[in-house]
Formats: sequence, C-alpha cells, structure tokens
Amino acid sequence: MATVANVARPVRRATLQRAETLAGLAFISPWFIGFLIFTAGPMVASLVLSLTDYNILQPPKFVGLANYQQMFADPKLLLSLSNSIFYAIIQVPVSILIALTLAMILNRVGKAAGFFRTAFYLPSVTPSVAVGTLFLWLLNPRVGLINKGLALIGITGPGWTTDPNWIKPGIILMTLWSVGGTVIILLASLRNVPNELYEAANIDGASGWTQFTKITVPLISGSLFFVLIVNTIGALQVFTEVFTMYFGKQSSGAASSSALFYNIYLFRQAFEFLHMGFASAMAWLLFVIILILTVIQLRLSRRWVYYEGS
Amino acid sequence: MFSKKKARSLMIAASAAALATLAILPAFAQDATETPVPIVATEAADSANITGTLTSMGISATGDEIATTRLNYFTQSYPGVELQFSEGGFDAQQFLTAVASGNPPDLVRMDSQTLGTYAASGQLMPLTDCIADIDWSQYRPVVADQMKLNGVVYGIPEFFNTLQLIINTKAVSDAGLTLDDISTTDWTKLADLNTKLTVGTGNSLTRMGFDSKLPEFLPLWAKANGADLLSADGKTAMLNDPKVVEALQFAVSIYDAQGGFAAMKAFRDTWDFFGANNQVAADQIGFWPMEQWYMSFLAGVSPDAPLAFKAFTDKQGNPLTYVTSSAYAIPVGSKNPDAACAFAKTVTSVGAWVAAAQARADIRAAKGTPNTGVYTGNAQADAAIFPAIVKPGDSQVFNDAVQTTLDLQEHGFAMPANPAGAEFQQAWQDAVNRVLNGEQTPQEALDQAQTEAQAALDAAWSKVPASS
Repeated sequence: MATVANVARPVRRATLQRAETLAGLAFISPWFIGFLIFTAGPMVASLVLSLTDYNILQPPKFVGLANYQQMFADPKLLLSLSNSIFYAIIQVPVSILIALTLAMILNRVGKAAGFFRTAFYLPSVTPSVAVGTLFLWLLNPRVGLINKGLALIGITGPGWTTDPNWIKPGIILMTLWSVGGTVIILLASLRNVPNELYEAANIDGASGWTQFTKITVPLISGSLFFVLIVNTIGALQVFTEVFTMYFGKQSSGAASSSALFYNIYLFRQAFEFLHMGFASAMAWLLFVIILILTVIQLRLSRRWVYYEGS
Repeated sequence: MFSKKKARSLMIAASAAALATLAILPAFAQDATETPVPIVATEAADSANITGTLTSMGISATGDEIATTRLNYFTQSYPGVELQFSEGGFDAQQFLTAVASGNPPDLVRMDSQTLGTYAASGQLMPLTDCIADIDWSQYRPVVADQMKLNGVVYGIPEFFNTLQLIINTKAVSDAGLTLDDISTTDWTKLADLNTKLTVGTGNSLTRMGFDSKLPEFLPLWAKANGADLLSADGKTAMLNDPKVVEALQFAVSIYDAQGGFAAMKAFRDTWDFFGANNQVAADQIGFWPMEQWYMSFLAGVSPDAPLAFKAFTDKQGNPLTYVTSSAYAIPVGSKNPDAACAFAKTVTSVGAWVAAAQARADIRAAKGTPNTGVYTGNAQADAAIFPAIVKPGDSQVFNDAVQTTLDLQEHGFAMPANPAGAEFQQAWQDAVNRVLNGEQTPQEALDQAQTEAQAALDAAWSKVPASS
C-alpha cells in the first residue's frame, strides 16, 4: 500500500537526479560552449560557404554544388589528394613501426629511459617551420648530412629535394623526426603489460617473436589503434613543414607537383586565389574521406584490438 | 623539502632579483633611443590636417637606409601622424583576415602583380582624388600602368626593378672568351657559351655556365622570342603560343646541358647567395640574368669580385628587361585614408627618393664601397639622383653597371594588370615546374596552363564592374 513516505522518496530521487544532471551540464559547459563556438560553428559556416562563391572580400554568392562539381574536374586537386593518400599509406605504418621499436627499447632500458624518453620527445616540440627549414638542408642532395652519411657507406644518395620520385620519401624521412609523441604513448602502454605473462610464456618456452605477437601486441593494441587513427588523420593533413620547404617565400619557386599536398592546395585556393568557397568544399571532402577511413578502421579494429575486460 | 620559513626567504630573494633586473633593463635600451635621426624633410604645408594613427601592412620600421630615410622623410613632413607597422612583407592571409574582421590596415604595400586581384574585388580605394594634386606622369609608364584597372588608379608604384646579366669574368677568361662573346641574342651561341662555361655535370657540377632562371623569368624568355604571356588588356592568356613554347624549350635545355634541373637545383641551393662567399666570389656560375638590387648587394659585399654587367638582349639584339615593382594602396575601410594617401605620395616623391639616395651615397662613401644608387618608379626622382648624387666612382665595373641599369630602364616591360594575378602567375609557374621536373613536355604543360589561366581570367574579369 502506497504511503506518503513511499511517494516522497521517488520525488526526492527525481529532484536529486535533476540537480546532479544540471551540475554535470554546468561542469562541462565551458568545453561545450568552446566546442560550439570554435568547432561546430565554424564547421557549419564552412559547409554553408562550400555552397557559395566567396572570396572573403565580398559577400558570398550561392552557387549550389558547383564547387563540388568543379573539384572532381580539377586535375591538381586529384593530384594533391593522391599525393596525400600515398604519403599517408607509407608514413603511418613506418612511423608506428619505428615508434614501437623505440618504445620497446626504452621499456628495457630501465632508469636510463627517462633521459632517452625526453631526447626522443624533444623534436616533437620543435616548431614545424624550423623543422622544414632544417630538413631542406639535411636532405640537400649535394651537401646534406643524410647523403653525406650514405656516402660513407658507399651509397649515392638520391635527390631528396629535387627528384620528384624522392620528394615524398624525403618528407616521410623528415616526419620521422617527430615520432616522439607516439613513442611516449606506446611506452606507457608497454609498461602496463603484466610481467607475469612474459614469465609464464618463458616457462612455456615461447620465443621472443611469439611473446611479441601473442602478448605484447594484443595488450597494447588499444594504444596502437589510437596512434593509428591519430597518425592517419595527421598524415592526411600535413602542411607546415612541406609548405616551408617547397612553397614558402624562401623556396626558389620551383616546387615539384610531387610536393603538392592536399592542404597546401587548399591553402593556395583559399588565401592566394581567394576561392574560399572552393577551399571550404575541399575541406569537407577531406573531412568525409577521413571520416570514412576512421569508420573502416573502427570496424576492422574489432578483429585485432583487445580491451581488457571485454 | 623546504621549511615554510626557508621557502618564504627564497621567494623574497627571487622577487628581489626579478625587480632588480627589471630596474636595470631600461639602461640597455637607452642607447637605441639616442641615435640621432637626420633631418631630411620640412613639415608639409597640409600637415596640420593630416594627423592620427596610420596602421600599415607590408611596411617595416626597420630595413636599409633606402627604407628608413623615406620613413623619416614622411614623419618629418607629417609629424602629427603616428605610424604603426605590421612588420614583414605583405601577407595575403593576414590581410584577408583583417578585412574579413572589419579591421583592415589603413595602408598596404604589396607586389604590383597582385594589386589587380584586390582592386578587382573592390577592396582597394580608387586613388583618383588622392593623386589629383600630383603629376602622375612622374611615375614610369611601365609600372604606372600596372596600378590601373579599367583605367582607374588603385596604387602608387615604388621601385623599378630591372634585370641585367651579371657576369663572372674569371669564368669567361678561363674559357678563353671575352666579354664581347657574352650575349643572349643568338640562342645557338648562348647554348654553346653555356657548355663552354660549365664545369662538371649533374652531381659533379662545380660551376654553372648560364642560369636561365626558370621558372621566374619565363616572361623574359618569351618576350625575347617575340611573345607575351598575357594580352595588353590583361584579359587573354597566351601561354601556349608557339613562341612561348619554344622559349620554354630553350630555357629548359640550358639546364639539361648541365646535367638536368634536379642536379642543377641541388647545386644552386648550396650557394651562399647573400654572403661574402657568394656564387660569383666562389666561381660557381658563369653568368645569369638578375634583378639590379643584387648588383647593389655585390657592390657592398664583393666589390672586388671578378664582375661585369651587360644588358639582356632579345633575338634582334635589342636591350630587354623584365620589370617588377611594389605598390602602395589604400584598403576600403581604411580609418585614416588621408594619412595613407599622404604617406604613399610622400615616400615615392622626388624629395624622399633623393634623401634616400643621399643616405646610401654617404654610407657607401664611409665604407669605401661603390655606390650603385637606387632605382625608382619615379622618373623625375631618378633624373635628380643620377648623376647628381650617384657619381661615377673608382670602380669602372660598377660605373658600367649603373649605366647599364639606367639604359635598360627605357627597354622594360611588365605583366599587365589583371584581376587574377596570383592564379595566372601560378598557372604558368606550375607549367614550368612540370617541365623542369620531367613530368610534361613544354607543349603539354603550357596547354594545361593556358586552360587554367584563361579560366581564372574569365572568372575574375566577369566580377569586375565595367569602367564608368
């Protein structure tokens, strides 16, 4: 039989829940307001602008899907997209592999890992313009240290900055300079792998490779998945270093098509040619491509990413 | 780790040290403000009406004596105007952001070739009223015409940069040649000269014979071959004209003869271009066309290098030079257009240029280096500077260089003003790059560039209001 006390308890619980909900919303409101103003708002604005002919200096003029139609007929856009995708396909796995190797070495070094962890991470905080300028010299085919080092072992280095076939490999080499961030993430993950598993595997006679593939990789697969997604997004959006090396004011103006990456062409359309509407459409195309790739990676992750407790 | 008392002591000590540092810092700044500014101008008659703050973009407060003297000339002519600089060159992204936010600078200084783009979009004020009280004919027609779109003036020209051949006479004599042999008239002989002056090839190149300076100087090669890249009215691209294709083919062949563009660029990137061990002093090049400001640099840094200067000539043997310049313009929305107009007219006036030229002459005399003068877009200023201020000196090489530059001023051409300046330029530069990197033949590359450039011009011109 319902009593006044029984009715009062659900009412008090509902009031308490509402208060907690409001408190939660209040605590996340700074982030939410920032998200609306600095992310969602500009995204909506750029979507609207992608349907216009807009040069920033004059009011936008609605043109429907003309920008999108023009995109697929623009050979330079398709070239820049293919350059960026090719770069991402090579750079992402190579950088993760190298970062994982460095992280595994650091995991075994013990107390000295602190110094090397800092040393590996420091290049990541070097300004991108400085990195681009530095590597323009390091990769110089005639006097660059990289080719001079190769010459010491009898290899004639390629034209990293001049040969269209070697420009993208040169850029990939440059971006390996900043794998420090990935190393830190993977190292933290490796440190969380219980040693007892390796001890048990040793007792059972498992080889190093078996331990790596059956213990290490599954248990750090969550972090590997994270760096895969983040690095893929970063690779498809590369801009500053490449612009500094091949398209900036200090470059000689003789940039190969091989270095025309997607974001560079987008920047050029927006701020040099004043086609902000077209550039907005390009930005949305890149967003859709990255979204599709991320969804595919999420679906595939069910086969190889292991979460403890699942 | 520390007791509260000790931590407090440390805090007090650190604060005292910081305050002491702040107190003595101004002492180091005192020397910078004590440098006297020379008096180069008298107050203008209308200075009482021109006051307030003048914000700018593309103008720097620092720079060489040519820049600083003219700034002083303005501040002394209009003491009521407070100048604010953005520092650095004109940045399109920065300018567009300022305009989009409703806060454009009062005055901009930009490349003449891009002026038409912003004028066509209605972002620059017509200067009809601004220039009503000056003699527009004082500005050289080649650069003055670049300031106009549909017959309306949108900018005031500044410099008049011309090209001439800079020659390494040591390389010439090593090859058993004389200066009379150095010429760009006969392209067959030029190719032969290139071969004779080149040392090494490909990755073992140690001296370039001749640098055709692609992609930047394609307009020069096309003109030398009797063709233009753009019609005089700025509306029709002519990039795949057979003579332009031929010019590009020849200019690229110069690099092919030296082992290819890739190897040449790798070598060229190693030069100490702005240093004492530059490519002439280091015997790394035979000869090449270059803007005359580099002559001024060489006069200051390598006056004793084995140098000579000659005019670039077309296929008929006539002197020819490609002119570039910068321009002052006033954005729509400028809060102080009167001061902006006064600034643009004043720093490009005869008085300002003469003061700047005198400052350079004094500095070069003090250093004992040749004075190669300054070359302006104001013909009356040049007449006042040469030879009254820039007199022949002890160096016959640089005396000849100055005379060559002056003679070339009457044989210059520039790209016509057009509203798609950046896109048009990028179209042909990309075409040249595709050829240099072996991706396309000259015909294929210029055909593609023609399509891109004409589409850009048509789209841009369709938005330009018809002239009244």
